Amino acid sequence: MSTTPPPEEALAEVVVVDYGLGNLRSATRGLERAGAAVTITDDPDALGDADGVVLPGVGAFSEGMENAGPFREALREAAERGQPIFGICLGMQMLLTTSEEAERAGEGDVEGLDFIPGRNVRFSQGQKVPHMGWNELRVERDHPLVDGVDGEYAYFVHSYYAIPEDEGAVVATTGYGIDFPSIVANEAGNVFGTQFHPEKSGETGLRILRNFVELCADR
Amino acid sequence: MLTKRIIPCIDVDLDEDGNAAVYTGVHFEDLKYTGDPVEMAKRYNEAGADEFVFLDITASSDGRETMLDTVSKVADEVFIPLTVGGGIRTREDIKETLRAGADKVSINTAALSRPELVTEGATAFGSQCIVISVDAQRRFDEDGEYYAQVDGESCWFECTVKGGREGTDVDVVAWAKEAEERGAGELFVNSIDADGTKDGYDVPLTKAVCDSVSTPVIASSGCGGPEDAYEVFADAGADAALAASIFHFEEYTIREVKEYLADRDVPVRL
Repeated sequence: MSTTPPPEEALAEVVVVDYGLGNLRSATRGLERAGAAVTITDDPDALGDADGVVLPGVGAFSEGMENAGPFREALREAAERGQPIFGICLGMQMLLTTSEEAERAGEGDVEGLDFIPGRNVRFSQGQKVPHMGWNELRVERDHPLVDGVDGEYAYFVHSYYAIPEDEGAVVATTGYGIDFPSIVANEAGNVFGTQFHPEKSGETGLRILRNFVELCADR
Repeated sequence: MLTKRIIPCIDVDLDEDGNAAVYTGVHFEDLKYTGDPVEMAKRYNEAGADEFVFLDITASSDGRETMLDTVSKVADEVFIPLTVGGGIRTREDIKETLRAGADKVSINTAALSRPELVTEGATAFGSQCIVISVDAQRRFDEDGEYYAQVDGESCWFECTVKGGREGTDVDVVAWAKEAEERGAGELFVNSIDADGTKDGYDVPLTKAVCDSVSTPVIASSGCGGPEDAYEVFADAGADAALAASIFHFEEYTIREVKEYLADRDVPVRL
């Protein structure tokens, strides 16, 4: 576990889950810039005391779920307690029930965290895959995370996208061949995720991270 | 809609005190001290750059640690994607560079001499962070595989190394296809012919690559102004346009380039 010294007046204490998928530096710096004191941890027991939890993610779904395995129970408890849980990119996809990515890789049904019922599927409408670059966010419904970002641009890198069973779980959409959900949230509103990388999305991304940190602080 | 990207690039070398400094080529070869890498990265981040490219141009490996340290400092200031290239030869180099805070690494010569590096990098770290860079040069003989029409003549594009001083006989288009198959996530296409001219990107070259692969293509070399960026998007189909001196010497701002593009219906993030 590594802890960055908390800023003098950190708004909230946020834990970034380290399940061995590499670069956590950008997400950490982004959250710090947004006013959080950040702890990177590979210890599931560290989730309980945090004001909020971030599930970062780059890589493949089955590998991500395998690595996140030890956190499954702690994340479920955190979700039930109402702690904010923020999944980024693959971290968002992991909030759903399953992904076509694992099936395609011949790994059968890999169970996601299932906080937001639904599945992740691959773009198959003839677009270039991966969807990589800056694209527009269209806010579909209110959620504290998206305050002030309707019509702004965010940075995406992904080949799969989420299809929640309940349309109400879609907070924002983005157009790329089809309109796909770019921000999703559970019914209670405390578990949510962005398909794009807020820590790489300039001012808009920092705004979303600030919205998240404020949400954590308000708890 | 997915936007076209405008990407400023800095060439970073060690100054006489061993500190990282940005240098920009003027009139083909002379390198002029241009500024501090971290300060420039901050400036471009604020100016609306869509990504940022950091090329380590130190000839020796002495500066490796200083460079990685500088990459980290840049990464801490820049909340847009950061690509780092130069001197990346092994899987371990890729790992170190990503760990220092790069989102993507750009690999040139090392991938040409050992194409397995592309596969290894993509498998270990994901295609999204492996950018394959080529230094292309026009050749008007019959040794190529893929030909384009340039000023009424038939020409192919050769991958060169050592800043264009050495040829490799490898056809750029053939290599682009192979790199894509091996898992490259982006292609970074430099032109030795256009480099430093400010006469515009090499459109036939960029188009030849864009038409042959579905991986995003970043056009580089030759940008003299917004009209050149427009041309490489509209006529060649590039996904991103990279420029250095027009931004470094403040001939144009990133916003001016983007406004010019937006006026002509090229989707950009403003």
